[in-house]
Formats: sequence, structure tokens, C-alpha cells
Amino acid sequence: MSGARYDAIIVGGGHNGLVCAAYVARAGRKTLVLERRPLVGGAAVTEEIFPGFKFSVFSYVVSLLRPEIIRELELPRHGLQILPLESTVTPLDDGDYLAGWADPDETRRELARHSPRDAETAVLFGRLMHHMAMAVKPILGMVPPDPSSLAPSDLRAMLRLGRHMRGLGAERFHALFKLMTMSSADYLDEWYEFDPLKATKSASGIIGTFLGPRSPGSAYVLLHHYMGEIDGAFRAWGFQRGGTGAISEAIASAARAHGAEVRTDATVTRVLVRDGRVTGVALDNGDEISAPVVVSSLDPRRTFLELVERRDLPDDLVTGVERYKFRGSSGKVNLALSGLPRFTCLERTRDEALMIRAARGAVSISPSVAYLERAYDDAKYGDFSRHPYMDIVIPSMIDPGMAPPGKHVMSVFVQYAPYHLNGGWNGERREAFGDAVVDTIARYAPNIRSLIVGRQVLTPPDIERITGLSEGNIFQGELALHQLFFLRPAAHWAKYRTPIRGYWQCGAGTHPGGGIMGASGRLAALEIAGRGTGNAGRGGGGG
Amino acid sequence: MLKSTPFHPRTAPLVRAQTWRRWAGHQVASAYEPHPDREYAAIRNAAALIDVSPLYKYRIAGRDASRLLDRMVTRNVRACAVGQVLYTPWCDARGKVIDDGTISRLGDETFRLTSAEPNLRWLSMNAVGMDVSIEEVSERTAALALQGPSARTILQSVADVASLKYFRLVQTTIRDIPVTISRTGYTGDLGYELWVDAARAVPLWDAVIAAGEPHGITPAGIWALDLARIEAGLIMLDVDYYSSHHALIDDQTSSPLEINLAWTVSANKGPYNGRRAIRAEAARGPAWGFVGVDVDWSSLERAYAERGLPPQLPAIAWRGSAPLFRDGAQIGYATSGCWSPLLKKYLALAHVKAPHFAAGTSAQIELTVEHRRRRIDATIAKLPFFDPARKRA
Repeated sequence: MSGARYDAIIVGGGHNGLVCAAYVARAGRKTLVLERRPLVGGAAVTEEIFPGFKFSVFSYVVSLLRPEIIRELELPRHGLQILPLESTVTPLDDGDYLAGWADPDETRRELARHSPRDAETAVLFGRLMHHMAMAVKPILGMVPPDPSSLAPSDLRAMLRLGRHMRGLGAERFHALFKLMTMSSADYLDEWYEFDPLKATKSASGIIGTFLGPRSPGSAYVLLHHYMGEIDGAFRAWGFQRGGTGAISEAIASAARAHGAEVRTDATVTRVLVRDGRVTGVALDNGDEISAPVVVSSLDPRRTFLELVERRDLPDDLVTGVERYKFRGSSGKVNLALSGLPRFTCLERTRDEALMIRAARGAVSISPSVAYLERAYDDAKYGDFSRHPYMDIVIPSMIDPGMAPPGKHVMSVFVQYAPYHLNGGWNGERREAFGDAVVDTIARYAPNIRSLIVGRQVLTPPDIERITGLSEGNIFQGELALHQLFFLRPAAHWAKYRTPIRGYWQCGAGTHPGGGIMGASGRLAALEIAGRGTGNAGRGGGGG
Repeated sequence: MLKSTPFHPRTAPLVRAQTWRRWAGHQVASAYEPHPDREYAAIRNAAALIDVSPLYKYRIAGRDASRLLDRMVTRNVRACAVGQVLYTPWCDARGKVIDDGTISRLGDETFRLTSAEPNLRWLSMNAVGMDVSIEEVSERTAALALQGPSARTILQSVADVASLKYFRLVQTTIRDIPVTISRTGYTGDLGYELWVDAARAVPLWDAVIAAGEPHGITPAGIWALDLARIEAGLIMLDVDYYSSHHALIDDQTSSPLEINLAWTVSANKGPYNGRRAIRAEAARGPAWGFVGVDVDWSSLERAYAERGLPPQLPAIAWRGSAPLFRDGAQIGYATSGCWSPLLKKYLALAHVKAPHFAAGTSAQIELTVEHRRRRIDATIAKLPFFDPARKRA
């Protein structure tokens, strides 16, 4: 095997690595994907953690997967099947609930129960976010130009971008600027009055980020989570049949169909470089595989500081990557349940049909903005939140194949759980974190404890250990303004290239990053396929 | 889940073919019988009873109530007498229509506003600093439309409406049930609308049906109403135009002048939302007009004859978009269309670019004729298509 030659090697079989491989193979290159774990998917994997109970272990819902990837790789033919997530229910402190349903009339009526004004505002806010997502959408699909470069391609791209921004008109441009700079809570304050509604909406602004709802910059993350609403997929979030691992399997299948080879249990320890040019990779079993192109789908820290020698890189890139913020802030608790939890706020309606419908959607533990901010306060000072924000879904309600008949799997996304915990994480702290999560759920669904037949608690160090995501950050680095677009992952190196000839990056640590989106993998692949094996460095020099 | 209206206990058993539709989050009958022919005929020949409860309704009261409404809408609310009703659109600052509805002056300082969409937020925003209370009474207030040539005779047998003039209202009782009766409607015919506390809705229905039975009163659904409102040239939000609050692009917005509502723009009133923009637009002439389209029968017949078929006519009104052409270039689009059983014409309502508004202008409308898109000759017509003297008499 070690003698085999490939045109391109992709390091890491997460969804971006697989997307990149599929596109590179589609362009006619002999492509090899090397995945350390026994299964592909990275953070988008489905595993049977307890017998009969299957979990989307890490990433658990989908909305941002780029439509052009679905189309171009013909993913439905390879098993992509997204099932709609119906609703979001937020239990309130007074025992009532706030729900957002799939039906707009029903949602309006529900909001009007709490605030007639907000019920009407929601339509206008939705339209604004539509416009903001439309404004940002072209940026998602472009290779970030370097604003400090005078290269004609950069100037052209900046001009295009400038024209696009002008085309937005003053009103929308100003709204976008605010969205880019404000906190999600402040931004939502300008629109809404009902606090639990603001809390539930602002929660999308803190996911995967070490920010509170009142931290400036969180409004952008809010927008990032809205972007899945365009391109006809107005039903925003959904479940992949078989869990998010099935998305990875579908992309891997598409890659194989284009001739790519996907090898698991293959750990790359080094990217081999000679005279500033990549020559291949070395595996932990001592094998070396040569290729003129190596693409790292790993995060920037692993891509630049671990797989290659720092001496092969310019100092400012090393510094930039060292400064790049990961700070994993979220954990995951996966519960195997012997039955359906009963949320008090729904139970008191005595409406069984309502309870079943709500169980097919998400439950958001975000009763107030202050609750979320306090959860952040715990993390800010180095503790996990005693009462965390949680996004709870029961995938077995939508896809019965995820659990034995009549039993359920519950996926609990939890924030905050800081990577850098006071005193450090250990088994005991992990279980204490798990207890805090279950205790908080029990406040809203008291029967939860009696239902738990299996509990998997994943802290940021666990996420890091299993998936390789540095510091357990689910986005391969925070989606903060200073780490986006031409600064993702570092100034001058946002075009998927590296200073090493033939060495490329394609993970979520590059533009546009974050979520099961695949855009980074696709854009990188198009650059690679379009520009041959060469590097481009800073506008052509580099290395 | 859709809500049902306060008349549901009476209407539901009458809906024979389960033909329901959604209107403002409520389920209402499309038709009670499988086909709306007889219900439509009742509107033009006897009297139809239509449940229009899903309309949004607001009670606006206080010292500044007339000031608020006057500042909001294009018509002169200060000149509205107690007991008078105004039909009016209201606009944003750019002079683009947000919604349209009626304003009833129930008392010196009390009004009821009806609208197609929720407007509580917009009312509140306009009421800042004013001494006025705004209350949504949509759920609390049920509404019935009694429309057709026999409507007056029927109502007169249970209440005194003999002297009630067009677009006036009276607060009275029917079988001891307090009601407001306004001489308004969405059919372009002689007709009334009855406004009642939701708790008394069912007894009111029973009383009106009992009074109407000897005169051929017929419960009618939205399909019948839709035919009548196209004949009457009455626009519908989200069908013929979009609220400027919901439009995603500028092209989806319309000014009052562009949707045949120039007559609602008062020239001699104080400042109101959109005045500057509307005045400027009036001065330069609106870019679009809203007109009737009379589809040429022989042209339609020819197109079908080519396929060996007689003309196939829509049984109910269509809502969609059919491009309009003149001399080969697109000049606009029709948004609603129907076969008028009364006028025996294929009619449509359409947006047309300047300068093609004039009645009598020759145009073509693109229709699907047996799976093929065909341009059928048509003539621009003045609205309304149907305007009987009895409506105002």
C-alpha cells in the first residue's frame, strides 16, 4: 500500500473532507481520504452507544448543508433524506410554555398569547433575516479576497463585493452592520418585547461560541444559523434519517462513486514536505503515501502546528494560528430512554396530541435572557453552567429506527461547558456536569430520571479526544467576526492555500465554516481542481 | 391547528363536501355544496349569508382615536361622521400599501378598524404619544355578511334598516341580540355586514336564517364570494397585491394609485403616512395601474377549437399570475380571474404598466389551453365590471 500513488490525499474524513474529496475526485484526480477513526463523519457520525440506541453523537441537526453540494454530488441518490423538525418549545418559569410551530398561523397565535406585538413583529423580523441571509449568501459561496492585496483577482473580488454591498441599499447595509457588531440580545431587544422569545432566539447566537447573549458579536452567529432558511428550505432545521452519520455516509458514497478511495483506521501523523513542497503523508503505522496534493480538513491548529513543521511556515501565520480562538464552550449529553419524557408545561394543557407534536420538535431550555447570561457567567469564570442552555431533541420521535420500539433517544446540546475548566476535567467532573444537565431537565420534565437507561456525557475534552476538534470547538474555531471571511483562519491565508506548495486546507476553520455546511470543502476543492497542484501564496509569491 | 369561527356549530354541518379553506388562521367553508353555483347565484339573485369572522378587527377609542386613524390612512377620517363607514388603504412612509379595510365610526371617540392582516403593531407604533386605546377584538367579534338583492327585505323583517344608506351603520338589536349593522360588503351588491359579540353568534345566525328562509337566503362560501368580488373589481391582499410589510422586493409593493384606489386618497386632509410619496407619485403619474381584463370569447374559442375542444372555463376563480402582452411585449400581469356566470364573460383583474391603462386598450392574456400556453385576445376594461344601482339605492 505504501507504494501507491495518488493525485490528492485528504486528511480527515469529516463532512468537509469528504465533500472536498468528492469534488477533487469528480475533477478526475485519484483521491484518497484518510480517517483516523473506524468510521467516517468526524463530528457528523451516528453510533450505537447503547445496544439498540443510535445517536447522532455530536452534530445532531442539519440545515446549512449547501444546496449546490446536494445537487452537484446528487446526495439524495446516495442516501440523503432530511426529515422536518416540526417545532420548538421553550418551557417558561411560570409553568407555561412558548412554542414555535411549523404552521405560521399557529405560531402567530401562540406568540400572540404572550405578546400580540411580537406576534406581528416576527413576520417583519423574519423578512429582515431573509434579507440579511440573502446579503450574506454570495459571500458564503466566494473564496475570500485579501483586502490588503493588490493582485488583480483580489481587487476584482473586492470590487464585486463592494458592488454587492452597495446593492443592498442603505437600510439593509446598516442592518447588516449592526448584525455584525451587536450582541444578539441587544439586536433582538430592538424588535421583540417578550423575554423568553428573545432568549430562545438569542440562543442561536451563542451556540458553539464562548459568548453570552449580551456579548457583542453574538448577533452574527444568530445570522449564521438563519442562513439555512433560504434556498427554499424555509423549514430551517431537520433531521437526517439515520442520524447525521448518514449524511457523512452519503457524501462518502458520492465521493466513492467519483472514484475516491476512503480509508478508515488510518491516522496521519505528519504531512511530508520537501523544499517547501508537499510530497505526501506519514501514517502512525509507519506507512508513507505520496501525493503532490495534500488537503487537511482538520482545524487550523492541527493543520499548521501539528501536521507540519513550524519552520516551514512564515512567523505571522504561526502567530495567527496560535492566536486563533477555539475555546470549546459546549457539551453533549446523549440519553437512552425507556419512554417519552413528559414536560410539565405541556402536560398541564392535558392535550395529548400537543405533547406528541411537541416531542417531534426541539425543546429549548432558555426561559430568559438572564438565565442564558447567568449560564455564561458560570463559564466565564471557569465553571460549567449549573443551569445550562440546552437544545433538546428526541430523534426517535421522527426517525423510529434510532431506538428500539417504544423507546427513545434524547440528544441534549449543552452550553456552557468550558474547555478550560477550573481544576480541569476528569471523570468525576464529567459526571457532575451530566448530573447538572439531568437535574435541569428534571426541573421541566420530572419523569426523566426514571426513564434513563443509558447516559453518555461528552465534555469539550471528550469531543476533542474523539473527533480531534481542538479544544472541542464544534466550528473548528469560534465564529467571531475577527475569525471570519478573509481572517479565517488567518490573514492572507483564507484562500484554502498554505505557504507549502501543494498543501491545502478545507475544514470548517476556513471560510465560511461551521455547521454541516460543506462549503469549505467544496470551495477548497474548486480552488485545488482549478489551479492544479501549485500554491499561490500571497498573491503568487509565498512559500 | 386552524381555528374555527363562532358560527362553526351552524356552518360545519352544512359543508357537504368537506370543502374548507384557510383564511387568517381560521377554517371557513369554500362552499357548502360541492359546487358554488347556487351560492353565487344567491348573491346576485336573492341573498347569501357569508361568515366573514376571520377578518381582523380592532377597537380604537379615546380622545385621539380619530387623530390616530387620520394620520394612518389615506382617507379623511376627521370628516367621517358618527355612523359612517370608510373603506381605505393605509401606507408606509414610502406611500406603499400595507393593508386595506374599513373604518366604522361607532361613536365620537370610538372606531372599529377591520383589516386582512394583523395590524396591532402598526397601530401601536403610530399611536405613540397619543391618548388612545387600541384593542384587538378579532376573536370577540363575529361577523356575517348578508349580500344580495333581497338582503334589505330580509333584514327589515328583524331590524329597522330601511333608511340605512350605503356605507352607514346602525347599532340595533335582532331578536334582542345587540348587533351593529353596516351597509357594506365585498360583493359589489346590495348588502349588509352584521357585527356581533362572538358569544351571541349562533343565535344571530339562526335569527337571520329564519328571517331569510322565505326569501331564499343561502349560506355561501368563499368561492362564491370570490366570483362576486372579481365582478365588483374589489382587490384582495396577498392575491392582487402584497403588503409592503411583507414584500421581499420593491416590485412586490404597490401604492394606492397603482391598485385603483386613487379615489381613497384625500386631497384635503392633514399629514398622513405616505402623503409626500403619494403626492409626488400623483404629480409624475403612477407607473402601474390596476384594471379589468375582458377576455375575448372568440379568441378563446379559437384557441380551444384548434385542439378540437370547446372553451374550458374555470369553475371557480383562479388566483395566480397570468402575463399580459401588447404588441408582443409584456405590459403587466393578471392576478385573479374567473368566468362571470352573470355577465357571461371571462374576467380578470390585472396590474398594467403605464400607459396601457385606458379602457378599450387591446391586449393579450397568456392562458393555458389544453397544456399549451396561448396568448388570447383581451380588452382592458374599467373596474368594476358589475355595479348595480341597488348597491347604493
